[in-house]
Amino acid sequence: MVRAEYRPYFLLSPALISLALLLLAPVLFIFVYSFWLRAANGQDIPAFQFGNWITVGGDPFYWLALRETFKISAITTVICMLVGYPTAYFLARCRFNNKALLLFLLFLPFWISYIIRTFAWINVLGKSGFVNSVLLGIGIIDKPLSLLYNDFSVIMGLVYFQLPYMIINVYVSLDGIDRNLESAARTLGCTAWQTFREVTLPLSLPGLGAGSLLCFVLAAGSFVTPRLLGGTDTLFFSQLIYEAIISQLDWPTGSVLSLMLLLSLGIIVAVYNRFMSLSDIYRSFAK
Amino acid sequence: MNAVELHRITRRFSSAVVAVDNIDLTVPAGAFVTLLGPSGCGKTTTLRMIAGLETPDEGDVMIKGNRMNEVPIHRRNLGMVFQNYALFPHKTIYDNVAFGLKYRNVGKDEIRRRVKQALDIVRLPGVEERFPAQLSGGQQQRIALARALVIEPDVLLLDEPLSALDANLREEMRVELKNIQRRIGVATVFVTHDQGEALAMSDLVVVMNKGHIEQMGAPTEVYEQPRSEFVASFLGNANFLPATVRQVASDGISVDLGAAGALLVSDAARPVSPGEAVKVVVRAEKIDIAPPGNGGLSATVADVDYLGSMARYQMELPGGHRLLSLVSLKDRALELGQSVSLQINPRHCRIL
Ligand SMILES: Nc1ncnc2c1ncn2[C@@H]1O[C@H](COP(=O)(O)OP(=O)(O)OP(=O)(O)O)[C@@H](O)[C@H]1O
Ligand SMILES: [Mg+2]
Repeated sequence: MVRAEYRPYFLLSPALISLALLLLAPVLFIFVYSFWLRAANGQDIPAFQFGNWITVGGDPFYWLALRETFKISAITTVICMLVGYPTAYFLARCRFNNKALLLFLLFLPFWISYIIRTFAWINVLGKSGFVNSVLLGIGIIDKPLSLLYNDFSVIMGLVYFQLPYMIINVYVSLDGIDRNLESAARTLGCTAWQTFREVTLPLSLPGLGAGSLLCFVLAAGSFVTPRLLGGTDTLFFSQLIYEAIISQLDWPTGSVLSLMLLLSLGIIVAVYNRFMSLSDIYRSFAK
Repeated sequence: MNAVELHRITRRFSSAVVAVDNIDLTVPAGAFVTLLGPSGCGKTTTLRMIAGLETPDEGDVMIKGNRMNEVPIHRRNLGMVFQNYALFPHKTIYDNVAFGLKYRNVGKDEIRRRVKQALDIVRLPGVEERFPAQLSGGQQQRIALARALVIEPDVLLLDEPLSALDANLREEMRVELKNIQRRIGVATVFVTHDQGEALAMSDLVVVMNKGHIEQMGAPTEVYEQPRSEFVASFLGNANFLPATVRQVASDGISVDLGAAGALLVSDAARPVSPGEAVKVVVRAEKIDIAPPGNGGLSATVADVDYLGSMARYQMELPGGHRLLSLVSLKDRALELGQSVSLQINPRHCRIL
């Protein structure tokens, strides 16, 4: 018999073991690799030295790429917030009596391969794509806009991919708000808008916060979207890692880059948690 | 001037669901009016229409003599307490209570003074800095009341405010709520499906059923002079005896109970004439039990429920009809199969 205080760990063990094998172990390998030496002939030699770290850390190009990556991720996150919140609000508040269907529709695109869905954007935004054909057709422009292979198309693709995650997070927290709280605010003298500001928005912040964090992290770590929709000048960090490891077979540098992304995301998440004091918000719901 | 008047109010949620059906209701200034009825009879919907949270499909809502139909909720100056308290979980108790004052442009110092006063009234001083989750259910209920009272509302609307509390606390809060209401003198509409609460607290009880009003009156009136079988059965324990009117005289109406004998009834909900088939209501606690052969209706004890201070008997009359009888026990309980004589004062019987 498992003792009571160990029982949670016992029940968690399948999850813990798979996490350890699938996540912790590879990260450990990467960590070890980041100290290896790369010989002139391209061979990786086991070693313990900080050369790779110093080279990468001292190269402003990588920092620029990191900043660009975070900038684009932040922009997509903000767009997701602005587009996702009203959508989630509508989903949570509409009188439609088959909400399960609406939520199902929200996740329907996930049934199609992410890569195919991303390729679809090429048909939408390309020189002879949907948007340009329509604009040309009604005569607003007289030569096709270049909408593809730049930051714009990357942001478009990322927003498209992340939006359902934002919506579902906000939806869950909006749906959990007791409608009587809003009624109470109204009877106490709030207009509909003031009620939203005083009650609905603050109480949905945990969902908005969680959704934003998820969007940001998903964006910063994304590879397919910037690869397929980005231009030659798109500096996405995952691209650099790919270049280093797959194209140049430079595992030590690739490892350092991976850890650099991991650590900076970790720091951002920690600061964000602190700043948004999510745990405080959650605590006020503890009943 | 009446605090609230509802004129022929109707609310339909769909053609099949008529939650409130053509209701007329008057709440006099300072009165405590209870809406009583089974689940789904439209109590909450009626209350929400007074508050403006629900719009009537037909009819007028008047508050202090002004038609309110088009006045938005936030300009109605009503205090509402919800069944689940509905305190803002992200705000302190102080901010919860001060909330309504903030939106009435009351000055900071005045707000502080009135919040303190409101917390004193509900006997919870010193909890200003806490969050709702840090208070017990009864305390949260008091805060909800304080939040509704602090704005000095024209009408206080209470939707089953006691139903989430356990029995003892409920009793205590009931007394306290009534005291506060009496002291402040605010007209109150109280929703409940608990007849005990309704009878104990109200100036006026409004018995509702399926969206309409069955009967409206003082607690003693609805209890002792029920106008319908529904009202009689919803309040207290009532027996319904099928009978035929034999004779209508000045000292009462005598009715024929078939094999069980005859009964004299002094009260009727409507005029009746001899030969008419009627129902006679007899309250379970108004039946006196005597040894057999003392007149009245003879019966045998068919079932005994011993409740400690009380006993609940099923008395079988000749002909098989059973009467429920509630007796407070000073002596030993009767035994099964015992023959008794049931004496029913004509004043305690009523023809429906
Ligand atoms: N928003 C709504 N949409 C559709 N039907 C509703 C809505 N609100 C209430 N109803 C229906 O209207 C009727 C009256 O509801 P109401 O909430 O007023 O009952 P109630 O007397 O307060 O009952 P309870 O004691 O259970 O609270 C019910 O049949 C209910 O199902
Ligand atoms: Mg109700």
